[in-house]
Amino acid sequence: MPDSDWTSDEMMTIAASRLLQDGAICFVGIGLPSAAANLARATHAPDVVLIYESGTIGAKPEVLPLSIGDGELAETADTVVSTPEIFRYWLQGGRVDVGFLGAAQLDRFGNINTTVIGDYGAPKVRLPGAGGAPEIAACAGEVMIILRQSPRTFVNKLAFVTSVGHAHGGSWRAESGLPGKGPTAVITDIGILRPHPETHELILTDLHPGHSVAEAEEATGWALKQAEQCAETSPPSAVELRALRDLNERTARAHSSS
Amino acid sequence: MADITTLEEAVAGLIQDGDTVAMEGFTHLIPHAAGHQVVRAGKHNLTAVRMTPDLIYDQLIGMNCVSKLIFSWGGNPGVGSLHRFRDAIEKSWPAALEIEEHSHADLANAYVAGASGLPFAVLRGYVGCDLPTVNPTIKSITCPFTGEQLAAVPAIRPDVTVIHAQQADRRGNVMMWGITGVQKEAVLAAKRVIVTVEEIVDSFELKANSVTLPGWVIDAVCVEPGGSYPSYALGYYQRDNGFYKAWDDISRGRECFQAWMQRHVVGTNNFAEYTQSIAAAQVKEAVGA
Repeated sequence: MPDSDWTSDEMMTIAASRLLQDGAICFVGIGLPSAAANLARATHAPDVVLIYESGTIGAKPEVLPLSIGDGELAETADTVVSTPEIFRYWLQGGRVDVGFLGAAQLDRFGNINTTVIGDYGAPKVRLPGAGGAPEIAACAGEVMIILRQSPRTFVNKLAFVTSVGHAHGGSWRAESGLPGKGPTAVITDIGILRPHPETHELILTDLHPGHSVAEAEEATGWALKQAEQCAETSPPSAVELRALRDLNERTARAHSSS
Repeated sequence: MADITTLEEAVAGLIQDGDTVAMEGFTHLIPHAAGHQVVRAGKHNLTAVRMTPDLIYDQLIGMNCVSKLIFSWGGNPGVGSLHRFRDAIEKSWPAALEIEEHSHADLANAYVAGASGLPFAVLRGYVGCDLPTVNPTIKSITCPFTGEQLAAVPAIRPDVTVIHAQQADRRGNVMMWGITGVQKEAVLAAKRVIVTVEEIVDSFELKANSVTLPGWVIDAVCVEPGGSYPSYALGYYQRDNGFYKAWDDISRGRECFQAWMQRHVVGTNNFAEYTQSIAAAQVKEAVGA
């Protein structure tokens, strides 16, 4: 694919990577968040510190890990600590600037479900569960969420709140006593949503090139509001695209040989 | 003091039906050989504790060794669902599975409390979350100094903890390095401990991030080379990502899963035979036999 052309998934990963500042201490989930964080490290944020919940602090993988505890994360980390330590001292201790999460489902206040579709006691689909996400969502300075936007993922009411965002909105988060300020951005394949400063309902603030407000509305299970001035995301630069494709090619090569 | 013994003897002697068993290892050093031996020995009605149930507990659940699961993330890492885990929860196959579900931070803290001889653990978590509504063991407590509401969870005290490590010495001391997860806490929280190792060495060489467990907190040390495969042992072999992907197909259907387990696990006598059995199957597949 030429540099003038890109996929929605590539745009999503690149847009997410841009939100990560150089030098930030970032607690990273596996999959899309890990891809965006490593792209940031390969482009504008070489000094971002990546922490994976397996206890690897300052991991610098050459390829994207398939699991949260791949050997390369340990071998390239500044230090490797135990599971209790990563959650107690580093996350709960307030050392993390950004929690970078994925989700199965999300609602208008940035609450996340990764537990179950349907009734908890008699589930239609049993999902993997909480993992580290509830405490990342509670304790990281801020939370960014990356997932593809569709009526199945952006739902009006969650079957289960696994990790809290802004709960039912308004001043809930500020009054909750939680140390982190919760979700500040949700990056999708269509655009970026951010919480309204007062209601804390997620509103569309950015559209990726080639996508429309109508498309974003259709892909959302609630009546999606938009900012007065919806910004258009800058298209991927040649440098960003090359870095992402190199990363994905190295990853595919590494994981197909094992 | 640890007995250096066979895994068959360790599992037969130290794990009883109905026990609470923790098999830990966070992606790295997952004790697969020991999990297989629990299946072969036909252990039943276990309460199985593990932060990330993974393939090892998918096998134990599918083979009806487990009646209750205490966990915090049940997936096939980087691949998707654990089909046997899902089938047990969604369709009660092969039997109903009671679940007690936590978050990672919660379970990690609960192991720390167990290792510390405390009745419960305290953490800042679960505010606004639904897990406490479905898990009555998650409660809240008021800090006596600040008045802050915090989450409280009971300590985990397994009857038996099972882990895999890289090395033991001849006196049964154990050393592991790389990602060491919650194994030290799980060992120190348990009444009885089984450790499988890659090899026995005369003396340990210093490694970065190493954890050493003295032999006197361990009951049995068993040499099982490759014993965490398809997970990995840093310094010995890599994670077989291909196997994790293949497990998605192997485990998706009940009959296919059972046939695979019968052929490669129940139908072999030990992990060395298992390894030969799946290697032979892979060769046959490669030549189209």
